[in-house]
Amino acid sequence: MRIDCKHVWEHISAYIDGEVDPVLRAEIDRHLETCEICSAVLDSTRNIVVLVADDRVFELPAGFSKRLHERIDEEINKPDPPLDSSSAEST
Amino acid sequence: MTGTVPEQDAETIRRILAGEKHLFHELIRPCERSIYFLLFSLLKNEADAEDAAQETVIKVYTNLHLFRGDSQFRTWVLSIARNEGLGRLRKLSTRREDSLDAETDEQTGDYTPAILTSWREIPADELERKELGEILRAAIERLPENYRNVVVLRDIEEMDIRETAAALGISEGSVKVRLHRARAMLQKELAPQLKAFAPKRKGFLWGRA
Repeated sequence: MRIDCKHVWEHISAYIDGEVDPVLRAEIDRHLETCEICSAVLDSTRNIVVLVADDRVFELPAGFSKRLHERIDEEINKPDPPLDSSSAEST
Repeated sequence: MTGTVPEQDAETIRRILAGEKHLFHELIRPCERSIYFLLFSLLKNEADAEDAAQETVIKVYTNLHLFRGDSQFRTWVLSIARNEGLGRLRKLSTRREDSLDAETDEQTGDYTPAILTSWREIPADELERKELGEILRAAIERLPENYRNVVVLRDIEEMDIRETAAALGISEGSVKVRLHRARAMLQKELAPQLKAFAPKRKGFLWGRA
């Protein structure tokens, strides 16, 4: 089976994730050896995946963590709710 | 990455519930980023995402006794975050352009990638990276919501397919299809722009809009 470019594009994401079966993978690899276009598409897609995963690209807002943990402290330091005092909450 | 072992989480949770409440800080810390970015992907606004993230974390804390341990802790946390985000969206009932839970993934969806052969290198330079970050963030924000969520969890937070599916309440097949389409859209939009970063060249000129 010879696969064409379109077929390769359909599997690029799975290929990057290592999710294509070995037979298809070999077909794609063979195609990539001779197809400049598909190997460029693969490289650019993979680059995007790599960049997106970079923690420096997506950073939490400054002070986010500090504010979050202060909020948690507020909650933690609340007095415990009375556990089985007269169950008046269903009103 | 954030290698929290499930048994370790279970033990920490047990201790928190037994009264060592301060341990909650450490329990939640590895999930913070994912919570925030998932909510940001839903709400598209830093202040709302932060507010919702705090609300989520408090819900996690007050409902900790309900965690059954049949999923990873982070997966459970993210499903709470997702509900929080969706709840807020419904309340606002703005932005209905993407149906929130639609499973419209079955057709393959043809796409033609951006064809280019000159962008192969990943820029390393700090300034380039910063500008590149802006381009990437903008492109991800423009993705349809269903695709954006998957990209956030799978590619930004590097969760596996199973965990992503569980956190979003969709099938693993849907995760794969959405991810494929999202990456294809990103490639198509970004590759031509990112080409400007290809050769080690200062003073690139793409930012004119």
